[in-house]
Amino acid sequence: MLVIRCPWCSERDQTEFSYHGEAHIARPATPMDRTDEQWGDYLFFRSNTRGPHRERWLHAAGCRRWFNLLRDTATGRILAVYRPDEPPPAATAG
Amino acid sequence: MHKHSFLDLLRHGLAGNRTWPRMWRTPEPKPEYDVVIVGGGGHGLATAYYLAREHGVRNVAVLEKGWLGGGNTARNTTIIRSNYLQDPSAALYDFSIRLWEGLSAELGFNVMFSQRGVIHLAHSLHDLHEIQRRGNAIHLNGVDSEFLDPAQIRRMLPSMNLDCRFPVLGALHQKRGGVARHDAVAWGYARGADAHGVDIIQRCEVLGFRTRGGTVTGVETTRGFIGARVVGCAVAAASGVLATMAGFRLPLETSPLQAFVSEPVRPFLDHVVMSNAIHLYVSQSGKGELVMGAGSDPYVSYAQRGSFDQVELAVRALLELFPSLSRLRFMRQWAGNCDITADRSPIISGTPVRNLFFNCGWGTGGFKATPASGFVFAHCLARGTPHPLAEPFGMERFHSGALIDEGAAATVAH
Ligand SMILES: Cc1cc2nc3c(=O)[nH]c(=O)nc-3n(C[C@H](O)[C@H](O)[C@H](O)COP(=O)(O)OP(=O)(O)OC[C@H]3O[C@@H](n4cnc5c(N)ncnc54)[C@H](O)[C@@H]3O)c2cc1C
Ligand SMILES: [Zn+2]
Repeated sequence: MLVIRCPWCSERDQTEFSYHGEAHIARPATPMDRTDEQWGDYLFFRSNTRGPHRERWLHAAGCRRWFNLLRDTATGRILAVYRPDEPPPAATAG
Repeated sequence: MHKHSFLDLLRHGLAGNRTWPRMWRTPEPKPEYDVVIVGGGGHGLATAYYLAREHGVRNVAVLEKGWLGGGNTARNTTIIRSNYLQDPSAALYDFSIRLWEGLSAELGFNVMFSQRGVIHLAHSLHDLHEIQRRGNAIHLNGVDSEFLDPAQIRRMLPSMNLDCRFPVLGALHQKRGGVARHDAVAWGYARGADAHGVDIIQRCEVLGFRTRGGTVTGVETTRGFIGARVVGCAVAAASGVLATMAGFRLPLETSPLQAFVSEPVRPFLDHVVMSNAIHLYVSQSGKGELVMGAGSDPYVSYAQRGSFDQVELAVRALLELFPSLSRLRFMRQWAGNCDITADRSPIISGTPVRNLFFNCGWGTGGFKATPASGFVFAHCLARGTPHPLAEPFGMERFHSGALIDEGAAATVAH
């Protein structure tokens, strides 16, 4: 289990948070002219990185605000916490 | 292939069990094979066996980075059933049960397939509707299933407390379901494949693919380059990592799922019990241990260890149903990394690289499919086209939208 530092509430158990997948996947800006391939890629295909992974979390049982983690998926170590309005850190942060 | 017999047992037993022959060779890799299979779990080994036996393709190597069956094959709770909602799943998983039914005889190796019946509990009106819908769908697909009312459940599972926090209102029972011995499945297929001439190469990790003009020509490994006309990957948790090496992404993500066993106790549970609502799946092994699994961690991870909160949830569910187990001690706990797709169905498919095929996405429920998965993947590698049973499971479905949605089919996915 992870201990996550919410950017607004500080350190809490992971059970207070919900996970919302890989971060920085933008919804296609012009949906009408996307092909099935592009839609499928957007919806289902993921980097599934082994190593530093940028991902979205929600402090569901806390302040209910969103933020991002850079987390090493091989070790579980959290390398960086950043708000949605902050630029993503380099994959080596921490 | 040498078939074990009672005489064998007697002879080798009298010799102090020191005279048993090795079950497979330990060959040096050849420079090139017709087919290279990456991953020596149950699926990879079964694929090699059926390639040799069904298709006469014997110039085959299975490359395993660790030891045989040390991945999810060794880490799962071994539940076998075919009561899936969607037609393509029912067809594939039921074919698997039919292969399980003859497997010990076929391999000459006891895989300890025990058809003790799998019981899915319903704890709410919605659950009851779900098992009725699924039970009827299954009937239409010719798969066995029967509904149990609380009185019947009480007779079959006298130690279970039906009047728990979320009372047990009914159940779906698949009599042909059950459990098997995980290691024996890997070893039985390895022994069979080896006897047909397949090279099984352990401690050989694939580090990359070599391609020419978009066609795979072999694999880079910790033991050098190994050429191949066709490469099939059955690496479960590592599928995303290998896809990245080959230059494409897959529609799946990897998360740990954990399981544990208790100290052995007298036999008291002669079925597999599963509950989706309170999330429990438990059976009692031949040695008397309770084998049970927890939920998967809800985020991408390759850590191969599960979280404490999931242990607590699983134990809580167990004690709701079996309060008499409150003093039972657990002996071992572990996790396996599961390759989970959006629709909770596997991917048996070609890829953007010609002659490179992937068999993955079995997630938290692929042990039961080991024989069928190997059978249909062997067909795919030998012929270059999908086996009819595997056709709906191609990767294209994530672009066409023809998902095989077992995730929404609301059953514990094991
Ligand atoms: C806790 C738990 C409980 C489960 N319970 C059930 C259940 O009750 N019923 C059920 O049907 N299923 C269950 N499953 C799922 C089931 O275990 C898997 O779907 C199935 O065993 C996958 O088999 P496999 O052969 O594809 O994978 P694995 O057995 O994981 O084999 C893949 C192999 O590939 C090797 N490999 C990886 N990368 C490389 C590389 N680069 N080079 C060479 N080799 C490599 C690995 O070392 C590994 O041995 C469970 C899983 C877990 C973790
Ligand atoms: Zn917060």
